[in-house]
Amino acid sequence: MSTVLFDTPGPRTRARHRLYTILTGVGLVALLAWFVWYLYEHGEFAYELWEPFVTPEYVEALWQGLLDTLAMAVLAILFAVVAGFLLGVGKLSEHRLLRWPSWLVVEFFRAVPLLLLIIFLRFGPLSLSPYWSVVVGLMLYNGAVLAEITRAGVLAVPRGQVEAAYALGMRKTQVMLAIQLPQAVKVMIPAIISQCIVALKDTSLGFYVLAPGLTTVGRSIWIEFGNQLQTALVLSAIYIVCNLILTAVAMWAQRRLVGERKPIVHPVDPGMGQGGPAPGSS
Amino acid sequence: MDDLLDQRDLVLQAFWLTIQLAVLSGVCSLAFGTVLAAMRVGPISVLRGAATTYVTLVRNTPLLLMFVFVFVAAPNIGWFVGTPFLLKGVIAVSVYTSAFICEAVRSGVNAVPLGQAEAARAIGLTFGQTMTSIVLPQAFRAVVPPVASVLIAMTKNTSIAAVFGLMELTGRMRYFTNNSADDTAIFLTFAVLYIVLVELISAGAIGLERRWRAAR
Repeated sequence: MSTVLFDTPGPRTRARHRLYTILTGVGLVALLAWFVWYLYEHGEFAYELWEPFVTPEYVEALWQGLLDTLAMAVLAILFAVVAGFLLGVGKLSEHRLLRWPSWLVVEFFRAVPLLLLIIFLRFGPLSLSPYWSVVVGLMLYNGAVLAEITRAGVLAVPRGQVEAAYALGMRKTQVMLAIQLPQAVKVMIPAIISQCIVALKDTSLGFYVLAPGLTTVGRSIWIEFGNQLQTALVLSAIYIVCNLILTAVAMWAQRRLVGERKPIVHPVDPGMGQGGPAPGSS
Repeated sequence: MDDLLDQRDLVLQAFWLTIQLAVLSGVCSLAFGTVLAAMRVGPISVLRGAATTYVTLVRNTPLLLMFVFVFVAAPNIGWFVGTPFLLKGVIAVSVYTSAFICEAVRSGVNAVPLGQAEAARAIGLTFGQTMTSIVLPQAFRAVVPPVASVLIAMTKNTSIAAVFGLMELTGRMRYFTNNSADDTAIFLTFAVLYIVLVELISAGAIGLERRWRAAR
């Protein structure tokens, strides 16, 4: 292993590293064993606490919750892609009347916490249903992020393509629709899939407004059985599996569509959910 | 809007609580995230594996579930029973954010070209000199923008503490909303307070970047 931090180790260093490996390995295993034993002592492995996750009715409820969560995330991302395209192209427009409002909308929804937005949509003058307040909130936030991704994608199209199109006598709109956007979409698809992961994690905020979804189902289970820890573990496992599948799909799309070029997702959203970059840094 | 002006103490308290949450979580996540990053780039395979597992698991779990673990599940096994809410919020946010800080720092270290360290060793610099005058200054510079993004996202993520009863900005906005036309003004006020925080971090990052770029 070659790294910038240290030289390739010699025999004595390797022996020392082997010792550290054994010591830390033993330490970690001991810590894990102690934790499991601690949980066992507290009776956290009792069958009654895990029972709902092997009972068909509850498994079905969780499955329904997962489907709701996925449906909300997919719906939000579909709307967000459309909004993102419009805002992203708007930000690139030559007309100030288009550029400035697009910029304002994007910056605003990127800087406001999603939960604040959802609460406003649910309990504010609009009084949307719990389901739609989550979907619309996700749509506005992800639309703002995808606008930046669209902008980056369009700007990533080689300059020569645009110049060639103008040289052929195409109009501005034609260049955007026929030359820039189709090539941008190809680069953007991995970023859009990554944004699905963020949206999927953020649907958990439906918990606060009692929107259908995994976390709300989870709450009703732990209220009934008093098994908060077990429910939280099962929910985390479900989220982690879904997100790892999406990550694999995004990586496959990246290899397939973009190749060795850098993905454009990183400067825009660290993937933390309801996050965003430093406005003005892009 | 009159409500807000009459009870501006409550708004300012909420703002202060959000700032406390953000600063404390920021410090904790930076410390823990840097340790994780050191484990991930270090030579000891067990620690590398442990840090990678931690990052993979935490990054793919929603922050809301971190709060569920700390606020709802942990008291069941006798942990964090009498802990103040602020501290519990800081723990939940830091556990989550440190995984992202780790990735940002690691990408910064990996951004330093291998040839830089090799050249430093070739001209006879010791390990300490290589680190302090060649590798780390370049790594810090590469780390600033992604870490700033993570800290901004973290500041917004502190809003989830409202779900578990902390009266920070988001919780306070819920308290003021009452299905009236005023709600839009209230929402915009609280949104602006968040935007102020975000802009402060952003300005700090831009300042640091500019300063270090000049030093190059």
